[in-house]
Amino acid sequence: MDPQTAITGRELILAASAIGAGLAMIAGIGPGIGQGYAAGKAAEAVGRQPEAQGDVIRTMILGQAVAETTGIYGLVIAIILLFVQPLLG
Amino acid sequence: MNIEMTLTLFGNEIFIPSTIINSWIIVILLSIFAIVVNRKLKKVNAAEKPSGLINVIEMSVEGVQSLVKSTMGDKNLGFVPYIGTLAIYLAVANLFGLLGFKPPTSDYNVPLALALITFFMTQYYGIKSKGLGGYTKSFFEPIPFLAPLNVIGELANPVSLSFRLFGNILSGVIIMGLLYGALGWIAPIVTPALHVYFDLFAGLIQTFIFIMLTMVFVSMAME
Repeated sequence: MDPQTAITGRELILAASAIGAGLAMIAGIGPGIGQGYAAGKAAEAVGRQPEAQGDVIRTMILGQAVAETTGIYGLVIAIILLFVQPLLG
Repeated sequence: MNIEMTLTLFGNEIFIPSTIINSWIIVILLSIFAIVVNRKLKKVNAAEKPSGLINVIEMSVEGVQSLVKSTMGDKNLGFVPYIGTLAIYLAVANLFGLLGFKPPTSDYNVPLALALITFFMTQYYGIKSKGLGGYTKSFFEPIPFLAPLNVIGELANPVSLSFRLFGNILSGVIIMGLLYGALGWIAPIVTPALHVYFDLFAGLIQTFIFIMLTMVFVSMAME
């Protein structure tokens, strides 16, 4: 093979890290669905009981923050793969 | 703006990143602010209506007090100073990105330190209010078989708490950096709306979530 176009091990690892970072961000689907569901339920609750709006919004934001955790783990892994590059050793 | 420095201590070179220096700037600014407010408060007449800066300060203190009261109960009002300090520091640190600095919370050191304070506070108040026996027993509930899971669940709290703050702020910094790099000279037209979302909205929401979760963890450990 032509040595000018041969892929080195370093380039292969970098390319695989970029694909892995993209795959890790698929984790964003879960929190998206979960947070949307929580927001929908909160909208229903406010519609049924408008005077409790403050409490409903506070509880909703707290629950959404906890639901977001798995997405943030995926984001942190993607950031580590892209910027820290642990696989290059 | 990026200020970085290298300290030499006992022959070892210590690199200090810009986020730590920004954190020092925030601490100095907040200390000066506290001294100014303290001077003003001493001169104020309690019988008169508050005005200007004192009015704003009183409103925010009352806001934190009512938040702590509704989340942790009436007898835990002693947590107000800590929660208020956390709220002011985190809000200023997250909003520091608007001034062109790198926000200190986008460095994992800062969220991890704050989350560890919450973690040790949770354990300390758990032991203090339940006693050592009750505290140990709470890990063996509902059945003793689940003890390892309970311990892992307790250790995962500071990790998730710190990663949530860090991930949200850092993702904002990265996306804004990419946009400024890609757009070039039209960036000032497009980015203000995104600054409002990533710095103002996300920063204040994450501040609120961090102090709410701290209060919930501590009051759950005390029950």
